[in-house]
Amino acid sequence: MMLRTTTLLVSALVLGLAACADAEQTAKAAYKKSDTPAWQGAANPYGVADWKPSDQAAWEQQLRRRAAGQDEYSRVN
Amino acid sequence: MARMKFICDAERCIECNGCVTACKAEHDVPWGVNRRRVVTMNDGQPGERSISVACMHCSDAPCMAVCPVDCFYRTDEGVVLHDKDICIGCGYCSYACPFGAPQFPANGTFGLRGKMDKCTFCAGGPEASGSQAENEKYGRNRLAEGKLPACAEMCSTKALLGGDGDVVADIFRTRVLTRGKGSEVWGWGTAYGRPAQGTAPSTQEGTKS
Repeated sequence: MMLRTTTLLVSALVLGLAACADAEQTAKAAYKKSDTPAWQGAANPYGVADWKPSDQAAWEQQLRRRAAGQDEYSRVN
Repeated sequence: MARMKFICDAERCIECNGCVTACKAEHDVPWGVNRRRVVTMNDGQPGERSISVACMHCSDAPCMAVCPVDCFYRTDEGVVLHDKDICIGCGYCSYACPFGAPQFPANGTFGLRGKMDKCTFCAGGPEASGSQAENEKYGRNRLAEGKLPACAEMCSTKALLGGDGDVVADIFRTRVLTRGKGSEVWGWGTAYGRPAQGTAPSTQEGTKS
């Protein structure tokens, strides 16, 4: 009798605590399109001529060169 | 590659709104939507400063955190973009953003609010790079063309710099070290050169310190 009561109490406790578990509330998009990396190039004829699409290292080098061109100290002097 | 970043040099910005115009023209941004704008502090007062503001492509972007439909994503270069097919135009991102970057096109009698629009760092959206579909929704994808954002490249005084964070930081550091700070930034000497050390000051008419 004592064992049965204890088992019942433990079972009720376990079930009760399980009910306290919180459901995942993080919003997740049902559908999200994956973006193409920029270094793969654009589907138009306006790309910079001295850089070959699909070459990641060349793209990074091109952007660094382009960014460095904003420094007028290095451009003028 | 480091993260793509913008920086605006308030000592150089002359409030010409060239960046705003470049952005508008490059992406055919509709009337009432300003992906970039120039904010002036202490307008008309001594010490007036202007700064060009758009999406700063935050490393820990609050817009991404609050979006209930999770329409934002970040590219490998650290550019924060969003998917207009998922956006529901709720405006939460607008309240969360400290820069006021998210914009909402409004039209009709009751100002119907459309899907959010913001600076893309000229990196387009999730559609194929350089495609017509991407152009119509997000504007031009200059990064995929091997170019930098139009606003930064068009800036006449190079107040607005954009690109690889390391390169931009180097340019800004060199600039600050060269021009000095505070009153050293301004004046005749800064604009036209200072007399060499050890030479007598010029007595030419019109010369100022």
